[in-house]
Amino acid sequence: MYRARLFAIRHSGAFGWIYGRLERLMIALDPVFARLGYNRVERPIALVERVVKGVLFDCRMCGQCVLSSTGMSCPMNCPKELRNGPCGGVRPGGFCEVRPAMRCVWVLAWDGATRMQGGDRIREVLPPVDRSLKGSSAWLRVSREKAARLREAREASRTTLAQAFPGARRNEPSTAPLAEEPPSAVNRGQRR
Amino acid sequence: MSGLGEHADALPAYEEPPPGHVSGSRLERVLRAGRFAVTAELNPPDSADPADVFEAARPLGEVADAINATDASGANCHMSSIGISALLTRAGYGTVYQISCRDRNRIAIQGDVLGAAAMGVRNVLCLTGDGVGVGDQPGAKPVFDFDSVSLLRTIRTMRDEGVFLSGRKITRPPRMFLGAAENPCIEPHEWRPERLAKKVEAGAEFIQTNYIFDIPLFEKFMARVRDLGLDKRVFILAGVGPLASARAARWMRSNVPGIHIPDPVIERLERAAKPAEEGKALCIELIRRIREIPGVAGVHVMAYRREHQVSEIILESGVLEGRRPRRRGAEHSTPPPSDGPAAP
Repeated sequence: MYRARLFAIRHSGAFGWIYGRLERLMIALDPVFARLGYNRVERPIALVERVVKGVLFDCRMCGQCVLSSTGMSCPMNCPKELRNGPCGGVRPGGFCEVRPAMRCVWVLAWDGATRMQGGDRIREVLPPVDRSLKGSSAWLRVSREKAARLREAREASRTTLAQAFPGARRNEPSTAPLAEEPPSAVNRGQRR
Repeated sequence: MSGLGEHADALPAYEEPPPGHVSGSRLERVLRAGRFAVTAELNPPDSADPADVFEAARPLGEVADAINATDASGANCHMSSIGISALLTRAGYGTVYQISCRDRNRIAIQGDVLGAAAMGVRNVLCLTGDGVGVGDQPGAKPVFDFDSVSLLRTIRTMRDEGVFLSGRKITRPPRMFLGAAENPCIEPHEWRPERLAKKVEAGAEFIQTNYIFDIPLFEKFMARVRDLGLDKRVFILAGVGPLASARAARWMRSNVPGIHIPDPVIERLERAAKPAEEGKALCIELIRRIREIPGVAGVHVMAYRREHQVSEIILESGVLEGRRPRRRGAEHSTPPPSDGPAAP
């Protein structure tokens, strides 16, 4: 769906906004997914994602979606699968070196980024794709990442306490615990 | 006390870079000293004879601070860049080891970087690589596991953090001067300097550009580069080369990816009685004009099948005036510390 892809990039501002909202929704749903089990929701969500993003962006399900950093132009459509393009082979008029009939994915990406809020993210150096994640849901990965960041913050506070009271940590580890607490062990309201 | 036993003559020992440097590379020394640097591309042999490599290097070594060993450029198969680099370092030449992301994955590339560094390679050029379709074996599987930018960041991590991308420790990290390519005269013109900024951010310390035949376009590029402050953060070597004839120029323009030659240049060659001489004169002219552009630190000569002209072109252009004549073996001239630890 080359045409749909071009349309999405032309309207990268709107699509970027919608995509941002969707991401936030996925993050908010983390407790739900966690409860159902991420493993169990992986397949159905990945299926929905494949269809929706396939139609709109020619998504290849790399599992590491970076559309928000690439002007809504999916870099997996670049024949060289560049994550930090364009390469030096772009043809006159902005066409692809390898597939001359196609507009360069990265020329479109830099243009698309100018129309997006936070389009500056395209200046960030992106790591190589982890090929073992192909076919998995990038949406769920976003939810999990947010949850992991929250968990990290909780862990940081425990680590700080343990380091501040090294003697107590050594002699009475339960006074400065490092292990994550299961929800049922924590008395949230602190009622007696 | 090199610890290399019987191979001590041929192999440079592992060395820590001099203060203020990231590598023991002569190219880095020349650039950091503020001198106008010259690099030249070697035409890789289709042969397994080391003598062919040395013969190809001879006309370049007289003027070049480092010789580029291309990595199957244009997706055509030749002797590997790591093999050429290893031979050249043994003969005392500075080399720029080119790595293309087209043919090897991250496991192979990180291993090759260590291997090249162990063979005395001190400069590396990180390239994305041309697509397989333009080469002599279009049926090959394109790899592109890295792109040039993530490759730069990976080698910098190996060098500065002493770890592979997996986090596993490297006991003696590769001390290499990191390079990348840029193609200022190719679309999208407005984003080329921005992508250069990404390469610098990823770790590039020097840049070798593709052919510059369009000075006004290159000047515009350099103006933006200076606006972004990039000329202070990276050494830019502009790519030049002699064109053999109008026909050759046209062929290059339509068959080699990423080459921009303006029509007036081709017309000038067409009118010339001796096109090859005109091509050489044009190249010298370009070098002189490029040298005047603020922010340019040197030139990179790509004289495909015209290697014999490189020395004359550089000497006639006058860019090396005031420099001592080149002597071979200067790449590893830093004396090893007498009481330093022996190499393993």
